[in-house]
Amino acid sequence: MAVVFKKTNMLTDKPFHYCPGCTHGIIHRLVAEVLEELGIGETAIGVAPVGCAVFAYDYFNCDMMEAAHGRAPAVATGAKRVHPDKAVFTYQGDGDLASIGAAEIVHAATRGEKITVIFVNNAIYGMTGGQMAPTTLPGQVTTTSPYGRDTNHCGFPVHVSEMLSTLNGPAYIERVSVHDVPNIKKAKAAIKKAFTLQMEGKGFTMVEVISSCPTNWGKTPKEALEWVKSDMLPAYPLGVYKDITAGGDE
Amino acid sequence: MKGNEAIAEAAIQAGCRFFFGYPITPQNQIPEYMSKRMPQVGGCFLQSESEVAAINMVYGAGGAGARVMTSSSSPGISLKQEGISYIVGAEVPCVIVNMVRGGPGLGSIQPAQSDYYQSTRGGGHGDYRMPVLAPGSVQEAVTLTQDAFDLADRYRTPVMVLGDGLIGQMMEPVDMEQASNRQPAADLQEKTWAATGHKPTQEAPRAIINSLYIDPVVLEQHCMKLQAKYDAIEAAECRWQEEMVDDAEIVIVAYGTTARIARSAMRKCREKGIKVGMIRPITLWPFPNAAIRATLKTAKKFLCVEMSTGQMVDDVRLAVEGQRPVEFYGRTGGMVPTVGEIVEKLEGMAGEPSAVEQLINQTTAALDQAATAAQETFAGFGSKIDAKVNDPAFIEKTEAFKQKTGELADKAFDGLAKGATLLGEIGSKAFGALSDLIGGNKNQNNNKEGNE
Ligand SMILES: Cc1ncc(C[n+]2csc(CCOP(=O)(O)OP(=O)(O)O)c2C)c(N)n1
Ligand code: SF4
Repeated sequence: MAVVFKKTNMLTDKPFHYCPGCTHGIIHRLVAEVLEELGIGETAIGVAPVGCAVFAYDYFNCDMMEAAHGRAPAVATGAKRVHPDKAVFTYQGDGDLASIGAAEIVHAATRGEKITVIFVNNAIYGMTGGQMAPTTLPGQVTTTSPYGRDTNHCGFPVHVSEMLSTLNGPAYIERVSVHDVPNIKKAKAAIKKAFTLQMEGKGFTMVEVISSCPTNWGKTPKEALEWVKSDMLPAYPLGVYKDITAGGDE
Repeated sequence: MKGNEAIAEAAIQAGCRFFFGYPITPQNQIPEYMSKRMPQVGGCFLQSESEVAAINMVYGAGGAGARVMTSSSSPGISLKQEGISYIVGAEVPCVIVNMVRGGPGLGSIQPAQSDYYQSTRGGGHGDYRMPVLAPGSVQEAVTLTQDAFDLADRYRTPVMVLGDGLIGQMMEPVDMEQASNRQPAADLQEKTWAATGHKPTQEAPRAIINSLYIDPVVLEQHCMKLQAKYDAIEAAECRWQEEMVDDAEIVIVAYGTTARIARSAMRKCREKGIKVGMIRPITLWPFPNAAIRATLKTAKKFLCVEMSTGQMVDDVRLAVEGQRPVEFYGRTGGMVPTVGEIVEKLEGMAGEPSAVEQLINQTTAALDQAATAAQETFAGFGSKIDAKVNDPAFIEKTEAFKQKTGELADKAFDGLAKGATLLGEIGSKAFGALSDLIGGNKNQNNNKEGNE
């Protein structure tokens, strides 16, 4: 019988700890498959965040470092400067990247640090139990915005891809989603392109992946994916925000 | 060479090829020098966006197996504390230079030693220690910076070189010959644990650089493993310098630049006949407790001198264990103590009787009392003999004896009585002398116990 699906060897056999319906698992698999397909996985160095993906070092089957909250781009910078020929990537949530680690991501990007950042935007702090994130939508109820995010009181969501694409350092920035199969395919292509450009030494690369958090959104897995489509995507339009290899529209 | 530049060059000569830092006075010559030199030696200097980022770049580069350094001054070192804690937890070797300036807060840009607590007590969160090396000259800063890299690699730990701003700014002739192209210590192992982006092998399995141990049982084991490492460092890596302590009645404890000033004060006091010596801790952690305790043989008092309101003095007191008074003299906020100020303090201490002297006086008085009591007992002896002599039965017997022996016996008896009295007097004198002797020995014994 033909093998139709084989788990990538860039994931360990350790079962994911993610909640049912959480798309962190899909994103892990896409990254791992790309690493394997490009043949850069065995010698890659990954940096795990503080957030639900904190145990990423148990899942990605390569050398891994676990960074302090928000500091993954700085840690990756250190590793990449020592091993410029290796694939170096971070995997970060939106609290990690866009709030506490805002300085580190902006400066890694503007330096054109030759790393790939996988930015998982689920509009909430998952690991700590559903508090407001910098990416939380206006009006969205969280445990620290129980009346809905009041933009007059605590401002507006951060659009990281848009923001970073204004810098000269990034080579490639795309926002993707994994709420259905066509989008999962697009997401994988984006991740592949990001790693490819990193290995070509083109500059900083980032893929922002819109992700679900059924647990803290108070939704079933199916409802959560629907909410991604109905509420997240209008606020966070998908597309390529920066691509120095293609004149910017692809 | 300026201290800061000497440190930077020493690091390069020790094989440091990665430097991440953020500008802050008074250590800017280190990153500036590195930015010039690193490209020449095929290394990497990177100015980070903050000290927070710098220390995390250090974590990444050290975790990836490189010899790496960062430097800063007090406010920047505060920002690095989070990273240092992670580096400790993940057991990543690196060197951190702190050219201390006056604090708290933005403080001043003048030299200080007020980060002693922060550097020797961990500084960041969690159960940990970190070797802290405190150079007393530019030449020593060179040696200690290079040693720091070996220590870091040997124990997989961050190591701090703690200089007060003066060490960094000071211009001194330095002999770089010995320091040039210094090879890593022979005992250092290959970094098979490092995340170098390597295919896993038996000797070097997939690397995970991590400080997260979510299971408390496992975290406790990890902390105990770290503790065993700290015990080994304490046993093997403690360093200090002692000067004129053999007969010192007052022992100064001071480090870094302060020790240089205190040394001059010590010499001035020696000229005046005051027996002053000095212990200069070179490692602030591990702290030279045993060396300080060894001076108790002769030391009656201790003086800790610092450029702070008194931080290391706590460790001196812990070392002395309350057996001698420990006094403090310090200037802070970027002010530097003068030789004259320290001499004055030492003279004052030499003048007043020390607690030990007071104790000796009290003991002597108590012994005098004991001797008097003994004399009384002997007098009692005398009266007992008298009573015996006056006992009718005894008289009767002697009378009978007398009658038998006549005058000769009379004389003999008188002689015997005189002899007894004399014996009594000699006895009591002997006892007095004996108790003096015992008392003296006791004092000496007390001193001995103090040494151990
Ligand atoms: C310095 C610090 N502050 C706060 C925390 C607590 N903390 C852990 S995870 C987290 C939020 C993570 O949210 P996000 O980055 O959005 O990732 P997610 O869990 O949603 O995947 C916070 C605040 C921490 N570990 N360290
Ligand atoms: S809390 Fe949210 S983000 Fe975290 S694993 Fe569960 S569903 Fe995923």
